[in-house]
Amino acid sequence: MRWKRTWAIARKEIIQVLRDWRSLVIIAAMPIVMTLLYGYGVSFDIKHVPMCVYDREGSQQSQDLLKRFQASEYFRIVGNFTSYAPVVREIDSGRCRLAIIVPSQFSRLIAEGGTVKVQALVDASDDNTANVAMGYSGAVLSRYSQRVQADWMARNGITRVDPPLSLDARTWFNEDLESRAFILPGVIAIVMAVIGTFLTALTIAREWERGTMEQLVSTPVTPLELVAGKLLPYFVIGMVATAMCAAVSIFWFRIPFRGHLSTLFGTSALFLFVVLALGFWISVRARSQLVASQAAMVATFMPAFLLSGFIFPIDQMPAPIRVISYLVPASYYDTILKGVFLKGITSAALRFDILFLAGFALLIGTVAVLSFRKRLD
Amino acid sequence: MFGRLLQMLIKEFIQLLRDPKARFVLFAPAVIQMLVFGYAATLEVRHVPTAVLDLDHSQESRELVARFAASPYFAVRYELQNRDQIRTLIDESRVYLAIQIHPGFAALLRKGRSAPVQVVLDGTNSNTALIALGYVSDIANRFAQEQLRRRLYTTAPALAATISEVVLAPRPWFNTNMLSRWFIVPGLIGSIVLITVIQLTAFAVVRERELGTFEQIMVTPIRRSEFILGKTLPFFLVGLVDTAVVATVGTWWFGVPFRGSAPVLMLGASLFLLSMLGVGLLISTAATTQQQAMVSGFFVVMPLITFSGLGTPVSSMPEALQWMSEVNPLQHFLVVLRGLYLKGVGLEVLWPHMLAMALVGVALLAFTVTRLRKSLD
Repeated sequence: MRWKRTWAIARKEIIQVLRDWRSLVIIAAMPIVMTLLYGYGVSFDIKHVPMCVYDREGSQQSQDLLKRFQASEYFRIVGNFTSYAPVVREIDSGRCRLAIIVPSQFSRLIAEGGTVKVQALVDASDDNTANVAMGYSGAVLSRYSQRVQADWMARNGITRVDPPLSLDARTWFNEDLESRAFILPGVIAIVMAVIGTFLTALTIAREWERGTMEQLVSTPVTPLELVAGKLLPYFVIGMVATAMCAAVSIFWFRIPFRGHLSTLFGTSALFLFVVLALGFWISVRARSQLVASQAAMVATFMPAFLLSGFIFPIDQMPAPIRVISYLVPASYYDTILKGVFLKGITSAALRFDILFLAGFALLIGTVAVLSFRKRLD
Repeated sequence: MFGRLLQMLIKEFIQLLRDPKARFVLFAPAVIQMLVFGYAATLEVRHVPTAVLDLDHSQESRELVARFAASPYFAVRYELQNRDQIRTLIDESRVYLAIQIHPGFAALLRKGRSAPVQVVLDGTNSNTALIALGYVSDIANRFAQEQLRRRLYTTAPALAATISEVVLAPRPWFNTNMLSRWFIVPGLIGSIVLITVIQLTAFAVVRERELGTFEQIMVTPIRRSEFILGKTLPFFLVGLVDTAVVATVGTWWFGVPFRGSAPVLMLGASLFLLSMLGVGLLISTAATTQQQAMVSGFFVVMPLITFSGLGTPVSSMPEALQWMSEVNPLQHFLVVLRGLYLKGVGLEVLWPHMLAMALVGVALLAFTVTRLRKSLD
């Protein structure tokens, strides 16, 4: 391997990147745009769920209950109906996600004792929002129920009894359960996968399509030098992108960064090498830019998005998919990113993930170098 | 006019279907994405890995632990001996939840005092944590209610029957078992068709330009409208077939019910494709290299998907973004898809979304045609 030839390839690649200034602008803007996009656009923080109420009793007591929903920041009452039909219509159209229906003899049932059921119609087509909304409504009702029971005790002259359990819940790492803090660290993996996909995947396919491959083959460059030269510029771009993503997350969105920068950049370099080598390999195999782009999308970006634990937790997936996720480098990198940002754990606690990432880098790097033959058929 | 258009179409179809690899990318990635996404993209929270630290070893504490063990939402993986173990297990992501019962738990309960239970949650995944916390409170509430009743029966047996409890009786509509897959699969149909069609169309014109065949077309007597039609019609057909294929996978493979009417789905898909062809063609005429087309295609695809309500509800986004998402055809198509699949509603509910897609499509295509005129002169 000669550095001179490697550098020559790298310089050619850099010139090509710089000449296509539109792509370059997009690439430079990408880390920031992606981070902003996910920071603002993807939120699981469910508040102001549009809800309807249908009070079949209309008593002081039933209104008391509904006032609690009104006061909660998790709900926004958009309709107050006196019959069933409009409630159904609002849920069908999606204007209303939840409808609370207070039974017609609500106060009498409470006075008689026993379990009083308050019906909640939930639009469960979005199961996650439905689940969270049901949790919040359950909490409102449970507090109301405690109030009713406390009143009952006061009426019956039972000295005030403490609630039997007091739940003391502590949330670690993401204390306010902000979905932004959960999502943004993983965006770095996505951005890198995109760089691997959209930049490297085209490098060799482009040479084939434009007929410059013959010129490349006729030079004394070796496959190793070619891989190194082709990847070097993109490696630099990728590392800068990492820094930009991290900076936007930390300084703009105020996501905590509790680990070491050295862990972040060391593991990022490993992961970046994996995606670049993968993109190079796809490019060698595909020979056409259209095919390379589609294949790279499926091989790099999709797994980074889906099978890495970025948003969808791996342990909730069916077993065969979980096995596949072990083969996805991004799943290790995602664990590392969340660990470094939120948990502030050291590289020792992440040794397993780092080891796997290094293994992938070695394996895919070798495959990429071996796949390139200096032949034209 | 039809003769020239027909020739153009024949050329386009030959180009599309000539290369076996290119044939492969028309439908295979769509099906693969559907299968992998359909299995992997779940936000359900079941079998949360849990550790228990019971320092009381009483009958009551064991009963509480047994309830967690019996719940399908929790999987008690570890029974701990001391508090330090919690830290390690959560740091290494082996459990997300730890329940700690202090010594003296049973004694406090028997005395009618509040017995504390401490819960430690890994908040890294805010969504999982929030839902798991809801399940924890459910179990704790149930346990507390029973303890309260038990205490009342011993202290004031005559009164105990008259205490009431108000509970939520949730009725999840459209997706009774709250399956994440039923929510995500209809959404995937729209997103996958979007990715495929935009990628293909974005390459359509710029490839001719990069390969130099654009000039050859320009010297033929073909008209602008024929050229545009010839470029878009094949992809429109590919898009319709893709929709049908992916929808079939969704219904037959994943068993998501289709409760609406198929003609309405096809109408919705056609209007959606119209707008997507507009987006793709705009990219293709603006770009000068395939790489630019690909990178800008991605830059358009990402926000369209992120702000569509595919995984997270639009109502959780900042107000300004909610307004912007009104011009996002995918957002409207997802409402149509979910309305047809899960709710079984028809045009009487969905027409505003159909109209919105049609308007965006016509506006984009009109804009592209005027742009193309300038670039042809």
